[in-house]
Amino acid sequence: MNTHDIVIVGGGGAGLRAAIAAAETSKQLSIAIVSKVYPMRSHTVSAEGGTAAVLREFDNLDLHAKDTIFGADFLADQDAVEAFVNEAPREVIQLEHWGCPWSRDPDGRVSVRSFGGMTVDRTLFAADKTGFHLLHALFQTSLKYDNIVRYDECFLTSLLVDDGKVRGVTTINLYTGQVEVIAGKSVILCTGGGGRVFPFTTNAAINTGDGMALAYRAGVALKDMEFVQYHPTGLPGTGILITEASRGEGGWLKNKDGYRYLQDYGLGPPTDTPTHRKMELGPRDILSRCHMQELAKGRTFEGPYGHYVHLDLRHLGEEMIDKKLPFVRELARKYVGIDPVYEPIPVRPVAHYMMGGISTDINARTILEGLYAAGETACVSINGANRLGSNSLTEILVFGARAGRSAVEYSTTQSAPKTSALAALADDEQKRLDRQFLKKDGGREKIATIRQDMQKSLEEGAGIYRDEQNMQKTCNTLRTLRERFKDIKIEDRNSTFNTEVMNALELDFMLDVAEAIANSALKRKESRGSHTRTDFPKRDDENFLKHSVAYQTPDGPRIEYSPVKITRWQPEERKY
Amino acid sequence: MADPTVTLNVTRYRPGQDQAPTSQRYTIPYKTDWVVLDALNYIKDQMDGTLSYRWSCRMGVCGSCGMMVNGVPKLTCAAFLRDYHDQEIRVEPLMNFPVIRDLVIDLSDFMDKLKSVKPWIIRKTEKPVSEGEYLQSPAELESYKQFTQCINCMLCYAACPVYGLEPDFIGPAAIALGYRYNMDSRDEGKDSRKDILTGHDGVWQCTFVGECSEVCPKHVDPAAAIQRTKVDAAKDWFKSYLLPWGQK
Repeated sequence: MNTHDIVIVGGGGAGLRAAIAAAETSKQLSIAIVSKVYPMRSHTVSAEGGTAAVLREFDNLDLHAKDTIFGADFLADQDAVEAFVNEAPREVIQLEHWGCPWSRDPDGRVSVRSFGGMTVDRTLFAADKTGFHLLHALFQTSLKYDNIVRYDECFLTSLLVDDGKVRGVTTINLYTGQVEVIAGKSVILCTGGGGRVFPFTTNAAINTGDGMALAYRAGVALKDMEFVQYHPTGLPGTGILITEASRGEGGWLKNKDGYRYLQDYGLGPPTDTPTHRKMELGPRDILSRCHMQELAKGRTFEGPYGHYVHLDLRHLGEEMIDKKLPFVRELARKYVGIDPVYEPIPVRPVAHYMMGGISTDINARTILEGLYAAGETACVSINGANRLGSNSLTEILVFGARAGRSAVEYSTTQSAPKTSALAALADDEQKRLDRQFLKKDGGREKIATIRQDMQKSLEEGAGIYRDEQNMQKTCNTLRTLRERFKDIKIEDRNSTFNTEVMNALELDFMLDVAEAIANSALKRKESRGSHTRTDFPKRDDENFLKHSVAYQTPDGPRIEYSPVKITRWQPEERKY
Repeated sequence: MADPTVTLNVTRYRPGQDQAPTSQRYTIPYKTDWVVLDALNYIKDQMDGTLSYRWSCRMGVCGSCGMMVNGVPKLTCAAFLRDYHDQEIRVEPLMNFPVIRDLVIDLSDFMDKLKSVKPWIIRKTEKPVSEGEYLQSPAELESYKQFTQCINCMLCYAACPVYGLEPDFIGPAAIALGYRYNMDSRDEGKDSRKDILTGHDGVWQCTFVGECSEVCPKHVDPAAAIQRTKVDAAKDWFKSYLLPWGQK
């Protein structure tokens, strides 16, 4: 049995930052990174636009906090936001010291750009591949620490809880097919979001909510799961993200009449150069709703993959596009055959980010002793009902580091895990996996069919606009899918790199996450941030200025509520 | 008229089941905007759940889905069926690597080589974070930026005839990344990378075929990194003879 001090699951930005933070505290600590993919394949790689932090003299921490809280429609915990904005500058400079190739001003300082919902330029960037560069800088830096041990391509199947404390995980080693225990005094989940519960998403194939589902099964609440961010500009068909930076640099959204429609929704007046928090620099939830309103008015285009509008970058010119937005040009040319230098890009809203996740405190701790979480998989919460673009890359740095330090502090007080107890737990897990997946006989349901039915149902009931009837229907459908899932058919019996079993386990996770989303949404009878109900169109602070917390029961999620921490910013109407 | 179809001829290899790799043909619907990866996903979801391959971002940045498509190393998320239509498309695992199963190759050799070039910033003295960033001019950034674009997709190794013959050669991507740090104005670790980059298994193995740069989906141009490292090494050697008093 392999035993470490800290076991980190997930090798994206949060996991790597946690690992380095832990490794730096002591060379004596042994830190494991367990990931179902090689770390540099993690979804952090796809983030494009940038990383928010207060670095310039025209900016200040309170302003960043206020923008974040306002953007969150006052559902963020303000103590967490204050910690976040305080530590953000240090983290982005640390990344600079670790080699991140941030774009630079002529004087050699790191550049900042405008981003949606931010009052000033505060988003650092590495052209429009910020997540890619951040991930590779962290991964390559992590290679220099001898006390970080990696378990690449090991698929998480359960958390091992002994005597009320998390003491490791079980994984399927994809090379051998063996169920293995990776033991530790603490476990940090950095497994990312679960955007693949939706049919049309910017998320990578690996974003299946694995950590969320396992924490949920272990009795930890999933917080604010109803809040799912639609990014207003994805490519039709594939859902590939076209970064908000394209608007931060001055791009325009136009309907089929060539009209900058956002001015009709209180975001005007339109200006030629971008104005902070106005027009195309409005927050994502509002811009996605504006798109749907334009659709209802018959002012969107119709293509083979449904409705879309135009993102027009032509006026920025080739030089600027190549310097600041080269990846946008590459993606548009490759995937829709459009060169944005000469033609507008077709775009539409696409499921992008989960504000909700594993409920943690400000130090990344969950209520389950020994279990920590950070990044998109966690809900601290700094994002509340709507995350501002470029806060998520900062979040993985700040709370990844906090998780690493918290886990070190805890682990040093703990004795080594009891291997006999873990072996017994692992034995049970092996039996469960054999019965349900590895040696499952019979079964009639196709994995892909259940997955598609889940995705379709979630889009219908928990999309941009929601109402009681559709949400209830989705909750019912998801219950039925849970039953149908028991009858899945698994044909692949080979133990080496069995991706069919992996896909089945991922679907199992997604069904849990999907139910938490739909049921949390059904119970929140108001509209706030990304959660927009046609039957309850107003925000209702009296009854719903609180976090939802979903607990798993055999009959589906049980939804409770917990208070929002308000420090210095009293709720007010959210108007841009 | 029948709906158009296309046939994929896919390498299968299941350890313990197959003595040697075989191939299997799948005829699937043809869609003009599908990439080879979409075709594989169609097969996996609708026809044969046992086919194994890696993929994730489907937008050309995670580097997972490299395979040989009609004999050429490609990211399958960026290889469009329409560019191969009217023929059978051959999909094989990347060349020059051990095959784990079906289209999944073993890249652990690269992971070791990547670490060996010390792909991190090395400083004689570390500036405290509280003192802010290292200044770097846009021109200084430009001098190494191209070499930061490597997504570790392994296409260059699959294309490299030297790596095929000399598996110890540290290879195009690892050299490009070592060079990337050497060229970074914040780095002072060039000397500690010298042995690995210009040693026995380093740049001198390269016979300058240039295939690596040809197949690179991100235009990293590893061949240029290799040639420039050779020139640098030659200069250093020359200086050490001309300037024997340590004025290197």
